[in-house]
Amino acid sequence: MQYLTDEEVLKLEEKANEIRQSVIEMLVEAGSGHTAGPLDMADIFTLLYFEVLKHNPKDPFWADRDRLVLSNGHICPILYATMAHAGYFPVEELLTLRKFGSRLQGHPHKEMLPGVETSSGPLGSGLSQAIGMALAERMSNPYTSKYVYCLLGDGELNCGQIWEALMLGGKERLHNLIAIVDRNGIQIDGYTEDVMPLEPLKEKFESFNWDVQEVDGHNMRAVNDAIGKAQAVYSQPSIIIAHTIPSKGVDVFERDFRWHGNPPGLGPEDRVKRSDQAKVALEKLRTLAGHVRNTDFE
Amino acid sequence: MEISQHLNPNLFSQTVDAVPNRNGFGDGLKEAGEQDARIVALCADLTASTKVDVFAKAFPERYFQVGIGEQSMASVASGMAAMGKIPFIASYAMFSPGRSWEQVRTTIAYNGSNVKIIGAHSGISVGPDGATHQAIEDMGIMRIIPRMTVIAPCDVHEAKRATIAAAKHVGPVYIRIARENTPVITTPGTPFEIGKAEVYLKRDKQHVKKVGIIGTGTILYHALVAGKKLNEGGIGASVMNIGTVKPLDTEAVRAFADEHDVIVTVEEHQIMGGLGSAIAEFLSGVRPTRILRLGINDQFGQSGTMEELLSHYGIDNESIVEKTREFLG
Repeated sequence: MQYLTDEEVLKLEEKANEIRQSVIEMLVEAGSGHTAGPLDMADIFTLLYFEVLKHNPKDPFWADRDRLVLSNGHICPILYATMAHAGYFPVEELLTLRKFGSRLQGHPHKEMLPGVETSSGPLGSGLSQAIGMALAERMSNPYTSKYVYCLLGDGELNCGQIWEALMLGGKERLHNLIAIVDRNGIQIDGYTEDVMPLEPLKEKFESFNWDVQEVDGHNMRAVNDAIGKAQAVYSQPSIIIAHTIPSKGVDVFERDFRWHGNPPGLGPEDRVKRSDQAKVALEKLRTLAGHVRNTDFE
Repeated sequence: MEISQHLNPNLFSQTVDAVPNRNGFGDGLKEAGEQDARIVALCADLTASTKVDVFAKAFPERYFQVGIGEQSMASVASGMAAMGKIPFIASYAMFSPGRSWEQVRTTIAYNGSNVKIIGAHSGISVGPDGATHQAIEDMGIMRIIPRMTVIAPCDVHEAKRATIAAAKHVGPVYIRIARENTPVITTPGTPFEIGKAEVYLKRDKQHVKKVGIIGTGTILYHALVAGKKLNEGGIGASVMNIGTVKPLDTEAVRAFADEHDVIVTVEEHQIMGGLGSAIAEFLSGVRPTRILRLGINDQFGQSGTMEELLSHYGIDNESIVEKTREFLG
């Protein structure tokens, strides 16, 4: 685990802000797609791709890379934007999102874009795939230091398959598997606790024999520390519940579940009219008016 | 009437050996496992009845019990394939791929994952368990998935060879196997190649009427017996075994259609979506042919013995003979 200095945290936060701006630009250009999840996971994706993951953007099939499985494929704008900023492909290509002939499919396709570890979109199957990867890796290399990271949405915890996977992960004691749940509290039809209550979530995961941590998903240092601790757990798989604010970074979009599945320009109008949504979002990010920075050390 | 040398010489005798073709899968998986260390097996709490136990005993470190979770099993296998393993996943066909269809489509086929799906206890021949356990839609739901290979072995030897061939084939494969004792149709030396059909019985050329019967899976036995009876009763009947329903051996099917007046398809499956559909879809475009599709006609199964059910749904050899005669007019 690597301790992050204040300077490093600041750099990561600035990078996350750039990536959020790319997400807005992509969504506006595409005219469809999801806003809340990609914005709220920007900090974690930035931390993973710029600090945590062992990977090589110039050699995406490098055999010894860590594996990152995105289970909730609908937040792929943040995957694509982070990959582009990390050097997997030109940032300009981000504007092809969801367009005919693009490698940036509406939901990710493994075979189209090197670096995408699995196709996803239909919810609930990523954790099983991550378990398969971790199991296979452990078979071939019992002392592996290669980690499989699985990013999940909280809404998809409704899926029965997730709990099949949680049982198997606990049974197999997969120390090389770290799942991160985007606990933003929303899904397409409303707030998670109204649609299908998940709480007490930590206790649920613990009862399936996983090591569980809860963390502020916008605090780079806290998430980095949690991942470091998860790497150190050797007898259990780990799950980090990352509490995030939906649409984090654009305060006028934040916490509103109606931003789950709409791009700027097609979102709810009670705070910003549609014609201004893209402009306002980019302005907020550029001026930090959405309070992107986490201020724990200031 | 000309009988292929690849057939069991004892096939038409009353004392023909009968064993479940799932045994062939079990032996084939173990043999494939000996040849290739990348092969792993996953099972959803049906290890003995799917015959995965043979592999599990030989290679305990390469066998994974995932519990009754077929959806997760499909995706776990996809993840293992992504790391270079060759997973075989097994359960009853009704549950895998029946319950796990979307996971098979997205995480296995769309990902291009090298996973083999074994659907056991397929067809109505599973009998007394009743309709809930009788998978008669599985070939249909697998056949329509791009990239999926679909195999229905006719007996224990073909099941073994198909399993070994599937292990060597790169890409997703579905193999349906059955529970009951069924006649040994072929020999240990009968060739099997994915995508290749073979004519096992050639019609008696002295007869004027010519019917080509195409069968897949263990019901092929009844197709062969029916073919023999038809030849003996004045109708020239040939019988083709289609072990691989997808990709279809279109060249062989086209030639078979050319040589006969009508085609009859026989399968232990809904007549929609399976072998009969595949043949009709192909021939309608290149050589319009009258086709009688025998199978389950848009119904669910029920409890009963294998013999009772095959007779009730009109796919035992007597029914095939009778319906073929009617169809020829």
